[in-house]
Amino acid sequence: MKKAMPSTGRVEVRLESSLESVDLAEEMARRFAQAAGFSEEDLDKIGMSVREGLVNAVHHGNKYDTHKRAGLRLEMEGPNLVVTVTDQGSGFELAGVPNPLASENLLKQTGRGIFLMRAFMDEVEVRRLSPTGTEVRMTKHAVPTNGKEEQR
Amino acid sequence: MTIKANTRQVDGVTVVDLSGRITLGEGSTILRDTVRELLGRGQKKILVNLGDVNYIDSSGIGELVSGYTTVTNQGGQLKLLNLTKKVRDLLQITKLITVFDIFDEETAAVRSFT
Repeated sequence: MKKAMPSTGRVEVRLESSLESVDLAEEMARRFAQAAGFSEEDLDKIGMSVREGLVNAVHHGNKYDTHKRAGLRLEMEGPNLVVTVTDQGSGFELAGVPNPLASENLLKQTGRGIFLMRAFMDEVEVRRLSPTGTEVRMTKHAVPTNGKEEQR
Repeated sequence: MTIKANTRQVDGVTVVDLSGRITLGEGSTILRDTVRELLGRGQKKILVNLGDVNYIDSSGIGELVSGYTTVTNQGGQLKLLNLTKKVRDLLQITKLITVFDIFDEETAAVRSFT
């Protein structure tokens, strides 16, 4: 996607439950964050987190159901980037997601998506939607917090 | 670009040169199929060269792990060569750096197979 993104404001799209949507969402998020001034390193982290969020939405949540949509919202809240990904699946409990770093899970093929989002973003919240679906809200701070290294 | 896989033989070891992105879909499928095909031909010493892979998502990581366990369970060895910084960082974060044998030099990697 070549469309220029605003450096502030908000972009919201509803995407088909397909792998193409995952690639598109990642590219949109990278461009949005780039326009907002995030560093190249942060763009990689944001892009991958959005990718993992969309994979969860279309693969695990919507199960590629052509009647269901994945939502992507990108917005700046002050200096922070907030990404919201939604699906129309049956939902899941965050507490039920095993720790992929535990020795018994280390060699499992799946289960690292949420972990990577948490590793790469500053805040990640997951909540069930009513009547069905899941919302993942991720925030990337654009300014130093708690003495952390400068990010932009 | 997604992924390309080429295989070559070096002193009894099959080197799999991967390039592109290993992500959910074609990327992870090609990796899985390549490992299965090699095992099917009895080639159980596999060195995966990731030097031209600059992007792996959680599905790609999962395929690497799956390849490792599948090969190991069949009495073979799967090792990694030439990790880019991004891929190395990912394996570090996920603690998989402690699972894989990882090399920066092909000759030493090939020699390490038993």
